[in-house]
Parts: sequence; structure tokens; C-alpha cells
Amino acid sequence: MPSSASSSPGDTAAAPPREPDLQAHFDRTIARDQRVEPRDWMPEGYRRTLIRQIAQHAHSEIIGMQPEGAWITRAPSLRRKAILFAKVQDEAGHGLYLYSAAETLGADRDDLTDRLIEGRQKYSSIFNYPTPTFADVGVIGWFVDGAAICNQVPLCRSSYGPYARAMVRVCKEESFHQRQGYELLRTMMTGTQAQRDMVQDAVDRWWWPSLMMFGPPDDDSPNSAQSMAWRIKRHSNDELRQKFVDMTVPQAEKLGVTLPDPELKWNEERGHHDFGTPDFSELMRVIKGDGPCNAERMARRRTAHEEGAWVREAAAAHAAKQARREEKERAA
Amino acid sequence: MSETRGQAHDHPKGQWPLYEIFVRSKRGLNHVHVGSLRAADDRMALTHARDLYTRRNEGVSLWAVRSEHIVASTPDEKDPFFEPSGDKVYRHPTFYDIPADVPHI
Ligand SMILES: [Fe+2]
Ligand SMILES: [Fe+2]
Repeated sequence: MPSSASSSPGDTAAAPPREPDLQAHFDRTIARDQRVEPRDWMPEGYRRTLIRQIAQHAHSEIIGMQPEGAWITRAPSLRRKAILFAKVQDEAGHGLYLYSAAETLGADRDDLTDRLIEGRQKYSSIFNYPTPTFADVGVIGWFVDGAAICNQVPLCRSSYGPYARAMVRVCKEESFHQRQGYELLRTMMTGTQAQRDMVQDAVDRWWWPSLMMFGPPDDDSPNSAQSMAWRIKRHSNDELRQKFVDMTVPQAEKLGVTLPDPELKWNEERGHHDFGTPDFSELMRVIKGDGPCNAERMARRRTAHEEGAWVREAAAAHAAKQARREEKERAA
Repeated sequence: MSETRGQAHDHPKGQWPLYEIFVRSKRGLNHVHVGSLRAADDRMALTHARDLYTRRNEGVSLWAVRSEHIVASTPDEKDPFFEPSGDKVYRHPTFYDIPADVPHI
């Protein structure tokens, strides 16, 4: 529970257990589908992979505030502005839950921030696409938060306790995100032809990048097997992508928009929709830094961090001064 | 306490100390651990905890505790630390044989 507690009264009582025993205990915990908790022994690879996974997830939440945040000052009504504010604030919260979970594994918060800002750790490729119209806000809620729900619901059963618990909180909040987006689009669809066109245009731009959010196809996803065995990933990329498509198609019909995929059709035999293959070379390009907004997102994050430095330092100085004063009063 | 605080602020990058957050979701229930956060001081820990963990009326009361002040048992579930309670079946009501026709017991 306490992330950083490193010693405890019991530590010196018994001889340290041997590594094979510890590994066997860990394996049993995973096999029984029980949770691994912060101070349990765990294999170094498990710890390292989890820190990377949780950190990238946290970074995605934080960078993910930008595309929609850009519309807060331009939201068309006070109602939409309040909703968007709350949504973007939630994403900040998701980032903080996740950084907090990463810290229970021994990661250092400042180090994680540095890794993001220096481009040494990635975030979801989806946030490197622009939001030129207000319909983009709706489509992000519908597609991007919808895809996030597909990804995150199974992670509520991640083998790592703090990550699983963070995902439970996150998933509760995502439902609002998805619904506000869909409702926004429904409102626009009952408006003028220009508004309907705006929605369709946003759907056309976001559909394929949203499918890419689930990562490369299974036969090109080298680390998946180990993550599945550790139960820190519970479904394959292609399974989750299929789930998202099946979930979204009837919603698109109700909304009255067309998903931009000529190969998309119901397959009676499989009980799923068939659909086209996303351009995974685009995914790789955007992940490597060559997306429409990579540079802008990173620059914004770096500036925000640098411009906030004096606030963090002032707060620390105030706390230190306050502590010294209390100490003096106690001594007097 | 002020001593440990001083140490935290001497951190090379001035990183704020870590707090564990506990929320009482409604009157009549215990405070439950919900996660951690970083804050410069106790007051900020509480306001951040409010903004981070109770955005949807999840709480009526908050505790923030500096993580380093928590004393913890070792995590291994077979820890000899918990052994004393392992062999005392007579602490449980099911240990006692009472005829089925005795009421209310
Ligand atoms: Fe989120
Ligand atoms: Fe979200």
C-alpha cells in the first residue's frame, strides 16, 4: 500500500527466501488469477514491463488533454464548455492515478515526466491528430474514449493490483466521456447540412487512426505473449479491435453517419463484422514521431512543465518555511 | 516530522513528498485507501485529494498520510507474522457444537 515503504519490523525476522521459491510463489499467484501487490517479490521483467505500460498509459492521458482542451475556450455553449472542462479534468485525473500506480513499482514521478518530455517514452499515437472542428470533440469522445473503454475494461482484471484498481476508477469515468461525445454528435446531426457534413468529415478522419489505437496486428506484436502470460494484457490487439468495430457499427447507423470502409460488412458465419486493414505503416510513422501534431503536442507539454516550475518551487519553499516556523514555535 | 519534511524538500529536484489518500465514502463506513499523490504540504495534499479522488461525490471525509509514516507488515501472505492466529479455531463460532433444535444461538 505505501508506495515507498522499504523496510518493516518483519524484515529482519526470518532468513530471506530464495529466488526459486519467490518465483514459484509469484507463478502460483498469477496462475490462480490473484493480484500481485506493490511490495511482493516479482520478476524484474514483470516490473519493467509494467512500469513501461503504466507510464505510457499515463502519458497518453496527459497528452490526451490537448486535442480537446484546445476547444474549451471555443465551445459553442456554456453547457458544452462545462462538460468539456470536466472531461479534460478527468483525463488529468486518469494520468495521476496511473503515475501513482507506477510509483508503487518503484518508478520515480519526475523521471517519468522527463522521459515523456525528452521523447524517451511514448504515448498513444491517436493524440497526434488535429482537431480542426468542434465535431472532432464529439468523435473523440465516441471513438477514442470508446476504444479506450474496450482496452481498459479487461485491464480492471490486470494481475497488478494498483493498476487494476486505477482502471476501475478510470472505466467508471470513461462512460461519461463516450456518452457526451455521442450526444454532441447527435445534436449536430439534427442541425444544418453543414453541421452534418462536419460530423461525417470528422468520422472519416478519425475512424482509421482509432482502429490503430489497438496496436499492430497480432502476428506482428512480439511482446504480447509474455504480457498475456503475466495477465497484464488480457485480450489480443485484434480481438479488441474486432470488439470495437462490432460495438461501433450499430451506433454509427443510429447516428446516421457512414464509416469510411468499403469492406465493412456483417459476417453471419463469424458473428462479427468483417472490415478492412488499417494502414499500419502510418501507425509506425506516427509512433516514431512523424504524425501531424507530434511536435506540437510535445512542445506544449514541455512548455507547460517549464512554465509551471516556479509554482512547484514556490510551493515547496512555502512548505519548508512553514515547517521551520512550526519547529521554532514548538521549541519555544 | 518537520525533519523528514526538510529532507523531502532537499530532494535534488525539489520533488514533492508522497501522500497516501484515504476516503470515507459516507457516514458509517471506514476510510478506505484509494491511492497516492504528491503535494508540497498537508494542506495541498487535502485539496489535491479532493480534486483527484472525489470529483463525483465519492467522499464525505479525507485522510492524507505521508507515505513514509506508514508502518507496514511484510507482504508475503505466509509470513510467520500472521501465524499466531492460524491455529486458534476456537476463536470462530463454528468451532462449537450446538444441537440444531436450540433456538437463537
Ligand atoms: Fe482517460
Ligand atoms: Fe476519457
